[in-house]
Amino acid sequence: MENQLNFEKAEEILNAYGRQPSSLIAIMQDIQSEYRYLPQSILEYIAAGLDISIAKVFSVATFYENFSLEPKGKYVIRICDGTACHVRKSIPILEALREELGLSAKKHTTDDMMFTVETVSCLGACGLAPVLTVNDKVHSTMTPDKAIALLNDLKEGKEDA
Amino acid sequence: MSKGIMYIDGKRVAFDGEKNVLAVIRKAGIEIPTFCYYSELSVYGACRMCVVENERGGIEASCSMQPRDGMKIRTNTARLQKHRKMILELLLAAHCRDCTVCEKNGRCKLQELALQYGIRNIRFQDTREKFELDKTSPSILRDPNKCILCGDCVRVCEEVQGMGVIDFAYRGSKLQIMPAFNRKLSDTDCIGCGQCAAVCPTGAITIRGDIGRAWKAIQDPTKRVIVQVAPAVRVAIGEEFGMEAGENTMGKLVAALKMMGVDEVFDTTLGADLTVMEEASEFLKRLENGGPFPMFTSCCPAWVRYVESRNTKYLPNVSTCKSPMEMFGATLKAHYKTMEAVDGKGAVVIAIMPCTAKKGEAQREEFKRDGLNDIDYVLTTQEISTMIKENGIVFKDLESEATDMPFGLGSGAGVIFGTTGGVAEAVIRRCSAEKNTNMLREIEFCGVRGMDFVKEATVTVGEKELKIAVVHGLKNAQDLLKKIDAGEVSYDLVEVMACWGGCIGGAGQPTGRFDQRKARAQGLYDADQLSQIKRSEENPMIMALYNGVLKKNRHELLHVHYGKQD
Amino acid sequence: MHNVHSYDELVNLREFAAGSLEKQQKKVLICGGTGCVAGGSLHIYEQIKQMCEDKGLDVCVELAHEPHGDNIGLKKSGCHGFCEMGPLLKIEPLGVLYTKVKPSDCEEIVEKSVLGDEIVKHLLYQLDGKSYQHQEEIPFYKKQTRVVLANCGQSDAEDVLEYIAKGGYSALAKALSSMTGEEVCKQISESNLRGRGGGGFPTGRKWEQVRRQAEPVKYIVCNGDEGDPGAFMDRSIMEGDPHKMLEGMMIAGYAAGAQEGYIYVRAEYPLAVNRLRTAIRKAEEIGLLGENILGSGFNFKLHINRGAGAFVCGEGSALTTSIEGKRGMPRVKPPRTVEQGLFGKPTVLNNVETFANVPEIILNGAAWFKSIGPENSPGTKAFALTGNVNNTGLIEVPMGTTLREVIFDIGGGVKNGKAFKAVQIGGPSGGCLTSEHLDLPMDFDSLKKVGAMVGSGGLVVMDDSTCMVEVSRFFMNFTQNESCGKCVPCREGTKRMLEILERIVRGEGTSEDLDLLSELAATISETALCGLGKTAASPVQSTLKYFRDEYEAHVIEKRCPAGDCKALRVIQIDPALCKGCSKCSKTCPVGAISGKIKEPFSINTKTCIKCGACIAACPFKAIKEA
Repeated sequence: MENQLNFEKAEEILNAYGRQPSSLIAIMQDIQSEYRYLPQSILEYIAAGLDISIAKVFSVATFYENFSLEPKGKYVIRICDGTACHVRKSIPILEALREELGLSAKKHTTDDMMFTVETVSCLGACGLAPVLTVNDKVHSTMTPDKAIALLNDLKEGKEDA
Repeated sequence: MSKGIMYIDGKRVAFDGEKNVLAVIRKAGIEIPTFCYYSELSVYGACRMCVVENERGGIEASCSMQPRDGMKIRTNTARLQKHRKMILELLLAAHCRDCTVCEKNGRCKLQELALQYGIRNIRFQDTREKFELDKTSPSILRDPNKCILCGDCVRVCEEVQGMGVIDFAYRGSKLQIMPAFNRKLSDTDCIGCGQCAAVCPTGAITIRGDIGRAWKAIQDPTKRVIVQVAPAVRVAIGEEFGMEAGENTMGKLVAALKMMGVDEVFDTTLGADLTVMEEASEFLKRLENGGPFPMFTSCCPAWVRYVESRNTKYLPNVSTCKSPMEMFGATLKAHYKTMEAVDGKGAVVIAIMPCTAKKGEAQREEFKRDGLNDIDYVLTTQEISTMIKENGIVFKDLESEATDMPFGLGSGAGVIFGTTGGVAEAVIRRCSAEKNTNMLREIEFCGVRGMDFVKEATVTVGEKELKIAVVHGLKNAQDLLKKIDAGEVSYDLVEVMACWGGCIGGAGQPTGRFDQRKARAQGLYDADQLSQIKRSEENPMIMALYNGVLKKNRHELLHVHYGKQD
Repeated sequence: MHNVHSYDELVNLREFAAGSLEKQQKKVLICGGTGCVAGGSLHIYEQIKQMCEDKGLDVCVELAHEPHGDNIGLKKSGCHGFCEMGPLLKIEPLGVLYTKVKPSDCEEIVEKSVLGDEIVKHLLYQLDGKSYQHQEEIPFYKKQTRVVLANCGQSDAEDVLEYIAKGGYSALAKALSSMTGEEVCKQISESNLRGRGGGGFPTGRKWEQVRRQAEPVKYIVCNGDEGDPGAFMDRSIMEGDPHKMLEGMMIAGYAAGAQEGYIYVRAEYPLAVNRLRTAIRKAEEIGLLGENILGSGFNFKLHINRGAGAFVCGEGSALTTSIEGKRGMPRVKPPRTVEQGLFGKPTVLNNVETFANVPEIILNGAAWFKSIGPENSPGTKAFALTGNVNNTGLIEVPMGTTLREVIFDIGGGVKNGKAFKAVQIGGPSGGCLTSEHLDLPMDFDSLKKVGAMVGSGGLVVMDDSTCMVEVSRFFMNFTQNESCGKCVPCREGTKRMLEILERIVRGEGTSEDLDLLSELAATISETALCGLGKTAASPVQSTLKYFRDEYEAHVIEKRCPAGDCKALRVIQIDPALCKGCSKCSKTCPVGAISGKIKEPFSINTKTCIKCGACIAACPFKAIKEA
C-alpha cells in the first residue's frame, strides 16, 4: 500500500515550511491530515528532507498522542475522558462503542477501516459532558445508547462528519 | 566562570569554574551517585540520584545546580537516602535481576549502587514486558530488558558521533530506546563505534563478545593462533589491572598472551607502517593526478561506514588503503599459507583492538579471500583483559616479553596511529623530504597533536604547501564536512577518527574520560620517543615485506575500494 | 481596507468602527464557543441569517470597512460561559439572553425580538419558578466580575473592527506612544499580576528579567496548551476574544524587547486555532502586526504552533522544546527560560489568561487592578466550573472569592440535590478541597497552604456518590499516561502508584499499600524533574489526607463507601422479596445465580461480575446492592 504513496505532496509540505527541522511537528501534522497517518516511507522522506535522523523523526512521532503510525478508519471517534466527562460517566460510552464494533483497548480500528475508537484528553467542552468527537465534530451529552445510534447513522450515511 | 566557597556537608569547599554543584561535590571527595551524568555529554538530569538538600530543606539535582558563593548543601540526609533508595527500588523493579549471568556483572552501575544502598527487597510486582534482544550488529548487543532509560547512549550517539541511530521512542512508562521503527541495528546506519556501550551503566548495550571462540582456537592443537596487538591497547590495558592510564604494558601483554597459549604475538604497528607507506604514496599520486581532495584517511572503520551510508559523495576521497589491521591480517594470512602447507596447522588471526567497529570491519566481504576472513576474531582490550583474568594471570607482576619475529617490529610513526593526529603525523614524516631530527620536531609542533577536536596544519612537501586537518569525534567530522561542502575550508588531507581521542578512546578500551585519553596519548608519544625507528620507511621489516610476500599482490593485499564505487 | 500607520489613524478607525456599530439597530449574538457549537449554534446562526435576509433585512456579519446604512448585526460571539444552558443567544439592545435555543425557535425569535421588541418568554432562563430576562440578573452571572472575559459573549469574536470599536488596541497604542519598555514592565510589576497558568510567578518581574538580557533576539511565547482535564478558560479566551490576548502579547514584546511571538495551542482546540489565525491575519491586514506598528518603529510577528497531544507540553521548557520540533520533554534548569528559553534565547512565557489581563492594566493602571481581589493575588481569575454542579460553565471572579460563593451562589449547588463532597482544583496537579474549605478564599497563597493550587483554574465538583479513591486513580491514570518518561521518579513512580490504586479499587489493596503510596508520593514530589512530576502525586496526597477513611474502607473492609467501585459492589437477593421466578438467573451473563423455582434464589459472590443486569431484570425489586 505504501508503494503507491505520492511523495509530491510530502515535498510540497516540506517546502511550505522552508525545510526547517524546527517545523517537524507541523510538517507531520500536515502529512497526517494528507495521508490520514504517518506512513513509514514518508517519514523517511521527510527525515532526509530536513537532514535529521530517522530515529529522531520516529522519536517525535511516537511522543505525541495525535500521531498515528497506522492507518485510521474513515470515522475517528474519540471519547473525551477528561475529568468532567469521566465523572459524568464517559467510560460506559467507550465500552459500548468498543463492544458494538468489536474493538478493544489494543485494537482501535475496525477491519473494514470504517471506524477508529480512541479516548482523548479533555476537549474543553466540559459543560456538555460527556462528549465525543467524530472527525473533530463534537457531539455532546452522550449516553451509550445515543452513541450507538450515532454509529448507526454514520454507517447509513445519515450523519456526515 | 564563577569562583567562591560553598559548604558541602558542613565542609568548606572552594569552587572555581566547575560547571555544576555535582562536580564540586565530587571534587570534595564525595562520590555522589549518578546514572545519567557524564561530564562530557549534555546534562540530562533524569536519574535524580544526585539530589542534594539545600539550607531551606529544598531538594534539587546537583547536576543541574550552579555553584554559588556561600551555598550550603547536604548530600546525605535521611530524606535523600530514602529517596535514593526508592529510586533504586523503582529501577530494579523494572529491571531484570539475573546479575550473575549478566555480561556487565561486576561493572554495572545499577548493581553497584543497589549494593551500596543495601537494597534487599523490591516491593513492586514484576509487570515487565519482555523485549527481544538485538544480536544483529557485529559490534554491539542490545538488550532492552536491562535498559534504565538514562539516555546516555542516545546522547553519545547524537552529540559525539552525530549519528542519532538510536533515540527515545514513545513516552511515559512505555518509554524505550530503539532505532527508528524498532529496526534491528543491522538495518540502520549504525557505525559500530560502540560508544553507546561504553557509556551504558547497565548491561543494556554491551559489546559483542568473541571470547569463547578465541579460547576455542587457542586451545585447538590443529590451529596456529597468531595475535596482532593494536598500538592503543598497550597504553590502556594496564588500567584494567590497577595500573595508570598511559603506562605502556605491551611487554606484559605479550607475556600474558604467551601464557594463555597463543602461538605468535605481533604488533599491528607494523601494519600501521604499511599503511603509512601506502597512504603516503597514494597521497603523492593524488597530488600528481590532481585529486580528488581532500583525501580522507581510511583507518577508522566507523568513519568508513559513515561515508558509505550517509555521505557517499565523499567515497572517492577516502583512501583506498586498508586499515593497518586488515593490511596486516592479509599479509599474515598470505605468509602463513606457506607455513600451513608445511605443518598442516591452519592460521587463526586474532586482532586485539581498542575498537568495536573493527569487529564489523573484520567481517566485511571485501576482507575475505577464498571464503575466509583475513582477521578471524577481533577482541577488544576489555575482552582480552577478561581472558587474562580468567586465566588467573597476575598481569601487574608479569615480566615483559618481546613480540615475535618476523612481524614484531614497528616504527614510532606506526605506534602513534593510536591517537588522534597520529596518522597524519606519520604520513607527514613519510612525505617530507628532510629526514633529520629537527624536521621531526617541526612536525611534532605543526599542530596535529593534542585533544582539540579540529586541528589544522600546513606543511610543505616539495614545492607545495599542503593543508591538513585532523578531526576526531564523528560529529565534529560531520561539522567539518559541512564546512568543506560550503567551501568555507579546504584541505588536502584529512585524518578522521570516529572516537574522541582516536583509537585510544575506542569503546573497546577500559572506560575512560578526558584525563585518561590524554594520558594514553602521551603513552604512545613516549613510545615513539623511545623507539629507534621513527619513520615507517626506515622499518627494515617493511622492505622485507615489499620484497617478500607483498611483491606479487601488493595491491590486492593492501588496498580496497569501499562502497558502490566503480 | 483600512491600514493604520499611526496613533491618529487608529483613533480615526475606532471612531469609524464605533459609528458602524451604532448603525446596527439590533445585534444578535449567537454563542460560537465550542460548547454551543456542539449544541448546534451554527445552524441557528445560519437559519437566523437566512430568515432575516428573506425578510429583506440588511444583515451585517462583519463590520464593513466602508460606511454602511442601518442594519442588523449578526455575530458569532465568544463563549458566554453558561454552557449548561446552551446554545445561548443574546439580543442587544433588548438585553435579553435566550437559553437552550433550538432551530425551531428561530422563526419566533426573528419575528418577535429582531423585527419587534418583544421577548420570547419560554426561552428565558428560569430558576425556582422565576424567569430572568437580563444576563446580569441571573445568579450565575450576578456574582461574577468579568475583566478578561468582558468581551466573551458580548462581541463578534472574529471581527477586529468590533474589538477596535470597543477600545481594542488602545493599550498597545498607549504603550507604544507614551511608555518605554521599562515603564511597561514597571506598571505590570506594580499591578502585581501573577501568572495565571498555575505557578503564580509575578509577570512584571519575568518581563523585566527578559528585558535586561543582553541577547538581542528574544521571544514571547503564549502557553495555550491548556491540558488540565476540566479546564477551558484559555480556550474560551482564544475563541472568544483572541485580539485581547494578541494585544497582551504585543505589549509584552514591546516591553521585553522581542520582535517575535509564538502561540502554542492544543491540538484539541481546532476552533481556537482558526480564530487565532483569523485574528492574526486581520491584525496584519490592518497593520497592527508586522513592521513599524503604528509608526512607532516596533516590529512584531506572531506564529501559531499546534500541539500534537502531550499534556506535559504545558510545562514551560517542554513547550518551548516542542515549538522547536522536538519531543516535549522538560529540561533541567538552570538555565531558566528568561535566560535561555525558545531556541536558546531569552523568552517571556505566559499563559493566555495572563496576556489577556495586560491591556486592561495598561489602560486602567496598576492601582485599578490591585483594587480587585486580595493584595497579594490581585485581579480576577477565570474558572471552569464542571462536574456534579447545577450550572456548569465558564466563570470569572475576583481572586479570593470563596469556594462556597462559586459552587453554591454561581454554580447553583450540587446537581440532583446530592450532598457536596469535594472539589478538585487545579487538575491532575492540584488537590481536593472538602466542605471544611468552603470558606477558604481562592487565591495563590491560601490554596497552596492547604496543599492545592489555583492551577489553570479547573474546578470539578464531586458529590457523595463519587469515590475519592477512584478519583485519585483517575488522575494518576491521567498523569501516568501523560508522563514524558524522562525522570525515574515520575516514570516509574507514577506507574507503581497507579498499580497500587488499581489494586485498591479492585478490593485487593492492603494497609501496607497506603504506606507505600505515601512513600512513593514523597519521593516523586521531592525529586521529580519538572513541575508536573513534582505535583503528580498531589491528588493522592490530598485525598489520603482528607479521605483516609475511604481508603481504609477499601483496603480493610473491602468496601467502597460511595458505592462507586464496581469490583467492591456486593449484589444480594433479599429472600423476603424473592419469589423464585428465575428471571435473574436467566439474565445473569456468568451463571452466578441459582435456586429452585418458587424458592428464594441466591448469588454466588465469587463468580458474580457485579454487572447489575439482575437488578434490572428482577420484577420484584428483590435484588439490591449491599
